[in-house]
Amino acid sequence: MFAGSNLEKVLTNGHFAVTGELGPMMGTDLEECLEHAEHNRNHVDAFNITDNQTAVVRLPSLVTAIRLVDRGMDPIMQMTVRDRNRIMLQSDLLGGASCGVKNFLCIQGDHQLLGSEPQAKGVYDLDSTQLMSTIRKIRDENTFIGGGELQAPLDAFIGGVVNPFADPFEYRVDRLEKKIAAGVNFVQTQCIYDMDRLKEYMKRVVDKGLHEKCYILAGITPLKAVGAAMYMKNNVAGIIIPDEIVKRLKGAKNKEGGVKQEGLKIAIEQIQQCREMEGFHGAHVMAIAWEEKVPEIVEGVGGLLPRPKFDD
Amino acid sequence: MIIGERKPLEEIFDRTASFKKILVLGCETCVAVCLAGGKKEAEETASSISLHRKEESKPVEIKADSIQRQCEYEFVDEIADLVKDYDVVLSMACGVGVQTLAEKLPDKFVLPGLNTQFLGFPLEQGVWMENCQACGNCVLDMTYGICPITRCSKSILNGPCGGSSEGLCEISTQDNEIACGWHLIYERLKVLGKQEYMNEVVPLKDWSSSFHGGPRKIVREDVKIVRGE
Repeated sequence: MFAGSNLEKVLTNGHFAVTGELGPMMGTDLEECLEHAEHNRNHVDAFNITDNQTAVVRLPSLVTAIRLVDRGMDPIMQMTVRDRNRIMLQSDLLGGASCGVKNFLCIQGDHQLLGSEPQAKGVYDLDSTQLMSTIRKIRDENTFIGGGELQAPLDAFIGGVVNPFADPFEYRVDRLEKKIAAGVNFVQTQCIYDMDRLKEYMKRVVDKGLHEKCYILAGITPLKAVGAAMYMKNNVAGIIIPDEIVKRLKGAKNKEGGVKQEGLKIAIEQIQQCREMEGFHGAHVMAIAWEEKVPEIVEGVGGLLPRPKFDD
Repeated sequence: MIIGERKPLEEIFDRTASFKKILVLGCETCVAVCLAGGKKEAEETASSISLHRKEESKPVEIKADSIQRQCEYEFVDEIADLVKDYDVVLSMACGVGVQTLAEKLPDKFVLPGLNTQFLGFPLEQGVWMENCQACGNCVLDMTYGICPITRCSKSILNGPCGGSSEGLCEISTQDNEIACGWHLIYERLKVLGKQEYMNEVVPLKDWSSSFHGGPRKIVREDVKIVRGE
């Protein structure tokens, strides 16, 4: 056990993990975000806290993660390398850990040009792979990047992301292997819609035995509307939405429950399929601006409730 | 070479408005080759200023000239006498040239006529692209000729990130297509049979040799001229 977070316990005990996602607010009041967390706390094992996602200014993931710890929930603190240099990344790591945060997820972060402050200077002192190796070094060798020793040790369950839908496709499995070499303990995938490509990716992952070296969570985002699907299909780099998904959503317009119900149904089916697929250890449900539907999705999958509980 | 682009004329008119005698000085090296700040561009800029001043009824005494390199003292010395007749030198050189002039002409106003853009090369007629950021610690030996610091919009050393799609960077748009630098590196290494580099965890970069340690300086004792010899 690296850090003993709830997520780590769920995974190491062989349960199919379920994680949720919370986007901190764009102002000084975190209440809405905390309400989502309370609403979903019995349906997920941990909450991914986004770090100024899509490069839009928000309350810090650090602060939000600490607020969750205070409420007895298990946060996964996202850390992008976009906005902080190695001094601040290491400092925030200490800050989070000192307040009980145990899961740290290393990502590159969407480029600043795509967000609310396109004139910002990107930092990128480290990349996400280097951040993983840095956290491992701090944890396992009790040493900062610069060589100095920590006055008190760090416990960390190190997370990362993988994108089977980005290019070049044939490199993507090697990239996961590289992240494992850098010290990642668990990864979440980018939003899954293209099952054929996912199956091919997971087959290669399993052939290399990578699923035995790192926990892999399937990234699931329910689609709320045809427009949202089309936007992601055409505008978000690294997300593939097959035509059949769009067709299915469109076809549900006149059905009972409409497009939204169909979107939830697709998400439930995707989790079921990933659960059947060799290599996955859990699902990461990213119900963006639709957090209240997480219980319905988790219940819909079947066999996931109640979530395992562990004594501290 | 250093690629520059002339500042918008309105900005130049505005910054030079208070001067009555202007020398527009071109540079015949990099910025002449990239058609931004050679003699021809200096003359065009001088004509535009002159015309603008006539329209404003604020006549100006203006001359366009150029030297081979504004970034070396020995060339700048050539215009030491000429500049005496002017209130300001509008330098059409890169930022290096502007500052070398300022160093040599401590009592003279020196203004930039260009925005110095980057170190790059002409991709085709009329198109220039950046391909080096002078980071001070070249990694082209590992990537065999494609710079990740420059060509990757996040300058990452372990790429490509998850925003690489069909060979393009996540910041690529229809109007401004930007190739994913790491996709290019991957393809190149594959051709050369060196893709194992992609599987190494590349360690953290020492940026102190780059942009964040104050102005960089190289001292070569072997070529320095020792006074008195």
